Amino acid sequence: MKRVITITVINQSGVLNRVTGLLMKRQFNIESITVGHSEQPGMSKMTFIVHVEDERKIEQLVKQLQKQIDVIKVNDITEKAIVMRELALVKVVSPPHARSEINSIVEPFRATVIDSGKNVVTYQVTGAPEKIEAFIDLVKPYGIKELARTGATAFTREIQKVNSPQLSILK
Amino acid sequence: MSAEVQTKQAVMEMALESKDKKQNNQPMDGSAVLIQGLKDQGVEVIFGYPGGAVLPIYDALYKDPIPHVLARHEQGAIHAAEGYARVSGKPGVVIATSGPGATNLVTGITDAMMDSLPLVVFTGQVASTVIGTDAFQEADVIGITQPITKHNYQVQDVADLPRIIKEAFHIASTGRRGPVVVDIPKNVATEIFVTEEERNAEVYLPGYQPTTTPNYLQIQKAAEAIRFARKPLILAGAGVLHGQAMEELKTLVETKRIPVTNTLLGLGGIAGDHEYFLGMAGMHGTYTANMAISECDVLINIGARFDDRLTGNLESFAPHAKIIHIDIDPAEIGKNVPTDIPIVADSKEALKALLNQEFQAPDTEEWFGYLKDLQEEAPLWYNTDEHEVLPQEAIQMIHRITEGDAIVTTDVGQHQMWAAQYYSLNNPDHWVTSGGLGTMGFGFPAAIGAQIAKPNERVIAIVGDGGFQMTAQELSLLQEMRIPVKVVILNNGALGMVRQWQETFYDERYSQSLIPVQPDFVKLAEAYDLKGYRITKKEDAEQIFREALLSDEPVLIDCRVKMLENVYPMVAPGKGLQDMIGVKSK
Repeated sequence: MKRVITITVINQSGVLNRVTGLLMKRQFNIESITVGHSEQPGMSKMTFIVHVEDERKIEQLVKQLQKQIDVIKVNDITEKAIVMRELALVKVVSPPHARSEINSIVEPFRATVIDSGKNVVTYQVTGAPEKIEAFIDLVKPYGIKELARTGATAFTREIQKVNSPQLSILK
Repeated sequence: MSAEVQTKQAVMEMALESKDKKQNNQPMDGSAVLIQGLKDQGVEVIFGYPGGAVLPIYDALYKDPIPHVLARHEQGAIHAAEGYARVSGKPGVVIATSGPGATNLVTGITDAMMDSLPLVVFTGQVASTVIGTDAFQEADVIGITQPITKHNYQVQDVADLPRIIKEAFHIASTGRRGPVVVDIPKNVATEIFVTEEERNAEVYLPGYQPTTTPNYLQIQKAAEAIRFARKPLILAGAGVLHGQAMEELKTLVETKRIPVTNTLLGLGGIAGDHEYFLGMAGMHGTYTANMAISECDVLINIGARFDDRLTGNLESFAPHAKIIHIDIDPAEIGKNVPTDIPIVADSKEALKALLNQEFQAPDTEEWFGYLKDLQEEAPLWYNTDEHEVLPQEAIQMIHRITEGDAIVTTDVGQHQMWAAQYYSLNNPDHWVTSGGLGTMGFGFPAAIGAQIAKPNERVIAIVGDGGFQMTAQELSLLQEMRIPVKVVILNNGALGMVRQWQETFYDERYSQSLIPVQPDFVKLAEAYDLKGYRITKKEDAEQIFREALLSDEPVLIDCRVKMLENVYPMVAPGKGLQDMIGVKSK
């Protein structure tokens, strides 16, 4: 199953290596990882999505992460109401005659054109990872020349509704 | 004057010389700050080896000495530091140079990590300006040691050094202990360090707050579970020793009348001849201890990590038991064995809290009766031989001669298991062995460290002929410092445990496990100006052991033992604990 983990770490050199090294050593499979500054100076926040077999494995992961001296806080937010966003840049083969067709089918995704050339257009699309997947599937038949994804970043919503795991789709 | 006294005096004199040299108001460079920092931490001895990148540090040590043990290989230095840490409870301090100096420490650091030994390891590093350029003797020590340390640091700015030293000692010696590496670039060691404020910087570790006090509700639950148990069992691990909870354990065992077994590393947590002690559990544990685990209804694990060599096949581990697990490391609880009552705490505090519950002792009359019968039916055993010395006999002799009071260190393998089975320990912190990592070459240098920590104890390194040759160069230390360590080589001309497995599981195909050609160990001892003994005949053994072990000098004993002897009983790999082979039954 997929789990969404966020951790707060002291922002010093080697901390990313420490966290990813730990995941590798304990044989956890990382799907994506994002890192950046947080609201507290000197602290960074990481979000990663991992595949685990069962509850015990995820408990181990959280405990092992917590043991790291540079890690301040670890949260498994999979079951919580959360906001999660990822950004993707997709360079699609788009000859002039097909361009308006492509533009119209990607419109519901609110993708924006951020660069274009003679035969290609680069879209920027933002959303939950599954939305990005859907977008990619949709433009794939036209030919994707280049694709880059940032990985998901997330935190919990301000209001937590009881019993409403948003990410049941991820399980 | 005896050698013991001489060693102690030398150390004392050096310590006195270095006293009163505080230079509080003079500008200090990084190296001087480091030495001062070590003194402030109460470091009484350093195990190390100099080299290019640590020249400034060794220069500072020359000017402001702390007793230093110059091992002949960095691996020897770090295993000695581990032995020192294990018997003294204080962090072992190691210094090595960059590159090969640091990489030679890797085995010892990993060993300390696996067995939760507190070490603070300082490695030199090339100058900051050339880090990352594949400079001479550069190695990525932080990268290499990241997965094998509790924490590591590279000092980027000399101003951080005083704080980092404090943090390193704090991290190494609190919570679940472990090794901390501090990598010091050469320029940092020579930079002038000025401000008083920086020197007084305090530990800042917002992400590190080990839990030591147990949760009251969990303690209540544990007391309740024990109260109503019919077949309770205590599994005491090294956590009892690290937390110095031996008294509390004894009280719990005796007042509640609960049988107790040890892990390999937990040996000594309860006296080996205690009437409620069932012997060691696990792959080469006693039949009684393993059956007790398989049949108990409440298993109280105190500071053991349910290692695979202890549990055997997890499917059939303690199938009827409610599991109570006391551990200072929350990540160990539930890692291998699902736990019913988790208690995250220091072992001493947890046991105190448990004893404060003042619950009624469970009725264990019948359970003890059953276990006593098992002990009589299936004791430890070995075949006798008319001519050759059996390794088990040799250890029993050593035990008899030293009356169970010696500090015993071992490597890994057959001799380790025999020592665990037959050297019944009277005292805690007298057992130094490489458990988790299973490091050959550990026992001899560890004995040197143990002897330095406890100059008045008798320290015996029981090693195999294979392992001894991995760190035999440290004989130089016995020669130089006249440290009265007794090295007993149980010499079977083979890598015994490998050979035993090849005999049992590979149809006696002894691939690379027999070593018929070996040095003359007695001459080797003599080359280092040490007294060497050889035991070849059964009838001479006791007398030679007595003379050698009771001397005040360092000695080496090459004890030739039967090659094809196996360690029994045994849980075959993949089998459950109740499924032992080589059990003697009357």
